[in-house]
Amino acid sequence: MKSKAAKAATGVLALFVLVAVFGPMLAPYDSVATGVSDRLLPPGSTLSDGSFALLGTDQLGRDVFAQVIAGSRISLLVAVTVVVVGGLIGLVLGLLAGYYGGWLDTVISRVGDMQLAFPSILLAILLAGALGPSLTNVIIALAVTRWVIFARVVRGSALSTRNREFVDSARVMGAGSVRIMARYIYPSCVQPLLVAATVQVGLTMVAEAALSFLGLGVPIDQASWGSTIAAGRDYLASAWWIAAVPGIALTLVVICVGVLGDSARDGSDNTKVAVVR
Amino acid sequence: MIIYIARRLAQSVFLVFGAITIVFLVLRVIPGDPASLILGSQATAEELEAKRQELGLGDPLLAQYFRHLGEVLRLDFGESWRLGGDAFANVLERLPATLTLAGYALALTLLIGFPLGVHAARNTGKAVDRLVSYLSLTGQALPSFWVGIMLVLIFSRMLDILPATADGTPLALVLPAFTLALPFLGWLARLVRNGTLEELGKDYVRTARSKGLSERVVFNVHVLRNTLTPVVTVLGLVLGNFIADAVIIEQVFAWPGIGSLMIESIVNRDYAVAEAAILLIAIFYIGLNLAVDVLYFYLDPRITLETV
Amino acid sequence: MSALLEVTDLVVAFGDVRAVRGVSFSLSEGETLAIVGESGSGKSLSSLAVLGLLPAQARVESGEIRWAGEDVSAMSERELRALRGEQLSMIFQDPLSALNPSLTVGYQIAEMFRRRRGLRRDEARRRAVEAMTEVGIPDAARRVGAYPHEFSGGMRQRVMIAMALALEPRLLIADEPTTALDVTVQAQILRLLRHRQREGLAMVIISHDLGVVARTARSVVVMYAGQAVESGTVADVYIAPAHPYTLGLLDASPSARDSNREIRPIDGYPPDITALPTGCAFHPRCPFARERCRTEEPDLREFAPGRSSACHYAEEVLARGAAVDHAGA
Repeated sequence: MKSKAAKAATGVLALFVLVAVFGPMLAPYDSVATGVSDRLLPPGSTLSDGSFALLGTDQLGRDVFAQVIAGSRISLLVAVTVVVVGGLIGLVLGLLAGYYGGWLDTVISRVGDMQLAFPSILLAILLAGALGPSLTNVIIALAVTRWVIFARVVRGSALSTRNREFVDSARVMGAGSVRIMARYIYPSCVQPLLVAATVQVGLTMVAEAALSFLGLGVPIDQASWGSTIAAGRDYLASAWWIAAVPGIALTLVVICVGVLGDSARDGSDNTKVAVVR
Repeated sequence: MIIYIARRLAQSVFLVFGAITIVFLVLRVIPGDPASLILGSQATAEELEAKRQELGLGDPLLAQYFRHLGEVLRLDFGESWRLGGDAFANVLERLPATLTLAGYALALTLLIGFPLGVHAARNTGKAVDRLVSYLSLTGQALPSFWVGIMLVLIFSRMLDILPATADGTPLALVLPAFTLALPFLGWLARLVRNGTLEELGKDYVRTARSKGLSERVVFNVHVLRNTLTPVVTVLGLVLGNFIADAVIIEQVFAWPGIGSLMIESIVNRDYAVAEAAILLIAIFYIGLNLAVDVLYFYLDPRITLETV
Repeated sequence: MSALLEVTDLVVAFGDVRAVRGVSFSLSEGETLAIVGESGSGKSLSSLAVLGLLPAQARVESGEIRWAGEDVSAMSERELRALRGEQLSMIFQDPLSALNPSLTVGYQIAEMFRRRRGLRRDEARRRAVEAMTEVGIPDAARRVGAYPHEFSGGMRQRVMIAMALALEPRLLIADEPTTALDVTVQAQILRLLRHRQREGLAMVIISHDLGVVARTARSVVVMYAGQAVESGTVADVYIAPAHPYTLGLLDASPSARDSNREIRPIDGYPPDITALPTGCAFHPRCPFARERCRTEEPDLREFAPGRSSACHYAEEVLARGAAVDHAGA
């Protein structure tokens, strides 16, 4: 049952990545190409230029399907970049804190504590607002709020590995600190880091959509699922599909990421994850 | 006990300072000139220069930081250029709305999540149990702002039984409170379910049965007492999360709380209000975490200082 | 005199794995029976079956349990509940986990009076203090409001006993009542139990240690791999064991027999009940084992009046045990 769910989730995510990468070539999205006569058409309508709008059109007559595809690209790009950047920062700082301990660990851990004392979405909102709407700024704002999670995971693994026998013997053999960290400590951190990364991919997608929904995310001329939902909110009564469709896409992808994360974590308790978002 | 509380208190004070520092640093990185932001585009060069002097923008960063720290401790965040008047007063005015919302969400979480979890524990593998496990999986993953909009679509636009925005009636609380509660509902239910199952397998349950007590007493008195302790303590954390999540959800429902005020202020670059709002939320969050740890002591007689 | 408790051919199974395989024993009013065996021998399951308190995955597959002549397995849950605490009570090995950690000991004892006898809260509390005093808990009036973790192991077991005996039952099943306690406290608890015994309480005492039960019980059933392998009076079995396993248990017990004897644990490990050996379940560990033991499963047979053994060579074991004992003395 579990592996079947994981397989299905993998399938959905593979489709999502394919669409994000190649989709825009098939259904190009142009934020300025509007057709006044094609406004707010329901899913399955035929447009004035004869093309078919599978998921309807928005308040400016743009194709919702094309917007969702364009949004998937932003969503994937932001999530992957944030997790890679935040993961790398967290990896380096976590390794240093866990391996060296002492004041370095204290400083890194305390900064992490301070940041986690803060609901992470609040910090992201403040940062994104201060930096102004742009793709890069969204990535910066989210990466800043995510590194702590990765650093904690890596630090924990590094701490438990650094006094193991094989590390000691490497030290006796004269291996330098950098070499020990890279060759001996790093491998023990990979597994937990990957599990954390999977979970964070989903959370980052939701966070990006939330920022864009609030108008603090990507600029208006780039379609994000969040901003499409925000636009659709004003047309709920007349054109529900504008808000509904990107949300369904986002939910589906995030749940699939969650299923995958669950099976990656396999066996360990996941009831505690929620509070430390 | 006193020592432990004192230590946790000191830790919390440190975290509050941390929050103040982080916000200060973030606001420092704002591109642009705070003076021109405050005065608007019509200001003359002399007025701008005077404002810069007044704000002490020429001083070294550390000096600015300590002066700012003093101001924050006096709750002096400055004036709101958008709303007029003291920034902190503006935020305080919006506080009751957020607390009401978070309180109702907490009540909903508890009233639905707890019985659901207990029910699932007593019917493992059945439909309720599966519902709980789906809810806990999807609830956390769902983009709650979108869920809120969909609830508006269904209950306000289509069925027309609940108001979509704050209109002053108590019914207006239902949708935003439920939206806030949903991610934690399944989570709590799962926590209660697992806790209950764990307790049911313990030896004291067998003892209670061997005493000839009815299943109802065994469950309601003996088991639930032990399930409740961890639940009560996590509720504080959940409340903290509600106040944070309210920032987005209030925006969805045009709820006049601190959260929507914070977003409006950030979007409009009214940073005095934004800072006051975000720090108030952070202090709530830190305070609730502290309260949870202290509460845990009183609720679980087994906890001694050594185990902490 | 008819039996108070009579268990006949009891089989308890987890799914299709039988953990108790046809055990019989009986007990008269005021009598004490010991059930002895290693962990996993099915001794605790047999007693839990009597109270209808088997773990959720286990069930009574066949056999009969009669309480004062009535068939327990035919009773409804309600009838069973009326028996528990009132007629037969139970105390367990680890009193810390057997008591509810978040209720005061006073509440847990008073509950018997309140919920079973319908006494008022303050009256029940007064009776709880009395019950605690009776089992030798000093300063009971003050300690009635304390939580189990605030008591020592011995005091906790006293609380359990006070609770189990609150309603003056006719039978107490004590499942390893002293295993978690140190030796002095062990002796105190046994003394307390023997005191109640003299007042007419019937007891089933379950232990892995023959020494513990030696001076408490009159008759004994030795269990191995879910079956009774030997039974008789404690005096007989003690002096002249008629099953190699009993012999091994006696040699392994520090408190049984002469103190100058060498303590020798039984070789090997208790068998896996999901994969029992062929023939006699004990044969892989048995110093007397022969070819016949590997192929033919022995029945429990009465080889002398009041004495049974499930060994093909019971008489030989009997002679050997007596000879060794003689040489030792």
